[in-house]
Amino acid sequence: MKSGLKRSNAPIFWSLFGAGGMLSALFGPALVFITGIAVPFGFLLPADAMSYPKMLAFAQNLIGKGFILAVIALFLWFAAHRIYHSLHEFGIHAGLAAKLICYGSAFVATVISVVVLLGLGF
Amino acid sequence: MSKRRPYVRSMEGWWKKNPYFVEYMIHESTALFVAGYAFVLLVGLIRLGQGEAAWNGWLEAMQSPLSLIFHLVFLVAIAYHTYTWFKIMPITMPPIIVGGKRVGPGVITGSGLLAAVGVSLVMLVLVFWFGG
Amino acid sequence: MTENLKIIEIEVLRYNPESDQEPHLEVYSVPFSDDMSVLQGVQYIKDNFDGSLTFRWSCRMAICGSCGMMINGIPKLSCETFLRDYYPDRIRVEAMAHFPIEKDLVVDLSGFIEKLESIQPYIIPKEPRSLDQGEYIQSPKQFNDYIQFTSCINCTLCYAACPQFGLNPDFIGPGAIALLHRYNMDSRDGAAAERMELVASEEGVFNCSAVGYCSEVCPKHVDPANAVNINKTNAAKDYFLRFLSPKGGAK
Ligand code: SF4
Ligand code: FES
Repeated sequence: MKSGLKRSNAPIFWSLFGAGGMLSALFGPALVFITGIAVPFGFLLPADAMSYPKMLAFAQNLIGKGFILAVIALFLWFAAHRIYHSLHEFGIHAGLAAKLICYGSAFVATVISVVVLLGLGF
Repeated sequence: MSKRRPYVRSMEGWWKKNPYFVEYMIHESTALFVAGYAFVLLVGLIRLGQGEAAWNGWLEAMQSPLSLIFHLVFLVAIAYHTYTWFKIMPITMPPIIVGGKRVGPGVITGSGLLAAVGVSLVMLVLVFWFGG
Repeated sequence: MTENLKIIEIEVLRYNPESDQEPHLEVYSVPFSDDMSVLQGVQYIKDNFDGSLTFRWSCRMAICGSCGMMINGIPKLSCETFLRDYYPDRIRVEAMAHFPIEKDLVVDLSGFIEKLESIQPYIIPKEPRSLDQGEYIQSPKQFNDYIQFTSCINCTLCYAACPQFGLNPDFIGPGAIALLHRYNMDSRDGAAAERMELVASEEGVFNCSAVGYCSEVCPKHVDPANAVNINKTNAAKDYFLRFLSPKGGAK
């Protein structure tokens, strides 16, 4: 066995990546269609499905909160991981800076989401 | 003295050299669109937290033609992510044995895609029923 | 040279460490018959045009794993790849990608050999067993758990297919991890925890980004990408559960 091996901390990021990848694969296309196409343009789905009272109620519901947080945070952790790796693959060895920008924005977005969701009350 | 002088080739542009790698880079880059969409939602959530007027402003922005174009692009890119995510699933998962036989890659990819279609239909129906 | 033989152009990446600053391509016109492999084409060049052309081969039957080359940019065993499938186009033959070129088509495999040693590619019994305890009993199911990963012939085509190895030569890589997995999965072996130190290290499985091309080019259908990715799950479990397990995970 080789000596001087350092344990990688990748499992933390890899787990978030995997969860986000799976979530976006399962929910992503339909979510984009609903929130970005069907509802705003009243196409196939009721146009007031995202009215303020409805969305507020959804974001105040515990399951709704969990869903919103999971989607925003995990999508971003997934994307951050892939984008960071792609930078490395393109030969851009921005190192720590790239790491901070990718994972840092996912982290900040997660914190903001939690704060807003808590602020909206139950 | 050793006459050895091993030559290390550059990795510059490696992903252009094989169609397999080009496809890999394309499906990896779908992450940009996943991130873009998540940021749209994040802004929406922040606006929701700021009250009704702010939320309605966000909704209005979502109704602009530019937003439609963006979301059509998101839709294509993220659907491609869905397809490729389940396409590589057979190599990323431990073998599943059913009735003494290993489940084939086609079945795994197919089940994943079927699950995505199922989840999408359920979401559409839910919004249709409770959104009206 | 017989008249009715077809002629194919073979472009070979040449590198002589004693005289060349960098590799360059050279083209040879090789007469061939339909039963000739790319390896035979290269041998023809050595025998008839340039005796200094250097390459590795032994069995000529896709089992020794020594004749790997990039053929039109794709890692292949040259002894089971046929010239007729490329004719009438020109065919390009290069040393396996991602490895340092020693000379012409020969690459430096010493890094791979070190990795192979580091995974402890042998059965380390769970507990010592004396002769009078008899042989190990293994069920067909237990046998099936690892048999696929025993097919590896160490040809390293999977390394030539792996951009992550190209970008980080320290990555243990698909072939060695497939073999590591072969021993971990063997019911007679008890060293999985010991090998975890390597799997979970910075040289380990998390260098892989599931490109999957290694499994595509593997001539023995070992599916090394699967072995690597199963071990990501194992390493993640070890990472999060190491504080719970009584023995503790790898350091
Ligand atoms: S896993 Fe396949 S491609 Fe890799 S060294 Fe073994 S036989 Fe060759
Ligand atoms: S010469 Fe042995 S594998 Fe090709």
